[in-house]
Amino acid sequence: MSGEIAGGVGLVHYLVVAALLFTMGVLGIFLNRKNIIVILMAIELILLAVNINLVAFSAALHDLVGQVFAMFVLTVAAGEAAIGLAILVIFFRGRGSISVDDPSRMKG
Amino acid sequence: MDYASQLAMTLPEVILAVGSIVLMLVAAWGGPASTKAVSWAAVAVLAGALIALVGPATSGGEAFGGLYRADGFAGFAKVLIFIAAAVAIVMAPDFFARTAGDNLRPEYPVLILLSAAGMGMMVSAADLLTLYVGLELQSLSAYVLASFMRQDARSAEAGLKYFVLGALASGILLYGISLVYGFTGSTMFNEIAGAYAATPLTGDAKSYGLLFGLVFVFAGLAFKMSAVPFHMWTPDVYEGAPTPVTAFFASAPKVASVALGVRVAVEAMGPAEGQWRQIVIFAALASILLGAVAAIGQQNIKRLLAYSSINNVGFALIGLAAGTPEGVASVLNYMAIYIAMTLGSFLVVLQMRDHEGQPVETIASLSGLSRTRPGLAAALAIFMFSLAGIPPLFGFYAKFEVFYAAVQAGLFPLAVFGIAFSVIGAYYYLRVIKTMYFDEPVAEFGRGYALEGGLIAVAAVIVSPLGYLAIPLLSGWTLAAARALF
Repeated sequence: MSGEIAGGVGLVHYLVVAALLFTMGVLGIFLNRKNIIVILMAIELILLAVNINLVAFSAALHDLVGQVFAMFVLTVAAGEAAIGLAILVIFFRGRGSISVDDPSRMKG
Repeated sequence: MDYASQLAMTLPEVILAVGSIVLMLVAAWGGPASTKAVSWAAVAVLAGALIALVGPATSGGEAFGGLYRADGFAGFAKVLIFIAAAVAIVMAPDFFARTAGDNLRPEYPVLILLSAAGMGMMVSAADLLTLYVGLELQSLSAYVLASFMRQDARSAEAGLKYFVLGALASGILLYGISLVYGFTGSTMFNEIAGAYAATPLTGDAKSYGLLFGLVFVFAGLAFKMSAVPFHMWTPDVYEGAPTPVTAFFASAPKVASVALGVRVAVEAMGPAEGQWRQIVIFAALASILLGAVAAIGQQNIKRLLAYSSINNVGFALIGLAAGTPEGVASVLNYMAIYIAMTLGSFLVVLQMRDHEGQPVETIASLSGLSRTRPGLAAALAIFMFSLAGIPPLFGFYAKFEVFYAAVQAGLFPLAVFGIAFSVIGAYYYLRVIKTMYFDEPVAEFGRGYALEGGLIAVAAVIVSPLGYLAIPLLSGWTLAAARALF
């Protein structure tokens, strides 16, 4: 379980990197006060952190399911980004900016 | 098991997937003129999927190497999901026709079908991979539906907020899934349950990994069912999205995510009941309390119903916290009755429009409805009394069942606090009724459509005391469905 995966780098190293990336992604969504493209990038970061986790576990467990799962995550992430950008285009047409600071039209 | 018999088990989703692709081609060739035909064809496809639930699809078997489970629990949830999806398609054409701005395009019924296929996979998932793919298919269709009125800035904002927070929820869920996979060594629900049973959740590194995985998975699922503390997207999205889409969000995906949560809790993480029960109890009480308190100041009826849906998810989670077959049956029972109440309420909201046919959404515009449209006022009063859980309406029975299950499981404090908080919720439901019956009439609403009026009448009859006649049928069915999980 805690075995070395390659060249002195063990499972724990991968998990730590993934945990850091995941945290950065979540903070990127909540602390970001600039624009929505950065939020989309933060979402990608979260999904890639998950992929690192899945592939590292897959290698450590000698089990292919994790890698197959990572392929599914990549595919869905591509679809998600496409839909996100399409909604962003509609949003931009409606108000002429993609800034997070713009006062929202709904409150509560 | 041969391929054909596995496909037969997944027949409802196969029908929906093939139907949505065929209708997408029809829409591409037919253009906007084909909207009406595609809508009715989509309703027919949903009816076909509903009929396909009889037979192998609810036989209790497993298909595709244990990825997909065709049991009675999934069957019951799918009945609710398909009916709610069909109502959401039926209520759309009139709304878009009379609202200024965008017209209904044939993509709308196609997206609902795709979403229904995703929800079917969610409730039948027996593996984390099926769970994820089904959830994403449902969510991605929902993001597009929320921003369907492209010229309306509120709809685009709703779509964007839903997308960002939904994607964050998927990320949290996935991170949990990766941890669960890594520390149990499998993505299959039954093997995960075996690993949770084999590892005492105290102390060492492995148990922390399992525990973190459990917490992240439940956080992601709570987001999808809009349970507190992951509810913040709900009011904005429900207010901004077009009303038929809001009605859809409040019904079908809610059932699917609650059913999925129940399945994950019982089937995959059943041995860790002591751990997830704390999370579920907190989410249940916090949802009931916040759903009730935050709704008090709302002026917009769609926002009010959004908080009402948060509140109702809390009650459903009380049944899950019990963790017994009776508790799970009470959750299914609650969701069935909730669907009738919430779809009925949103159908009434669809009737709220001025003489030019533009929608009005303020609660104040309901003033004196009992004098201008007595039938409509009576129907909304029935739905509000029922949502508040006041006997003899059917909503009381739904709440009674979940509290009874909680008491049977020995969770007395949970039941006591739940009942106390539900009294706070009654305040804002009663305020709507007071506005309709005791305030001076304001401008009268435009006339309604016969089809919507008929659907409101059906929902009102189900929710009325006449609904009690269905209890023997409903309780037998929900209990059989719940037993499929244990």
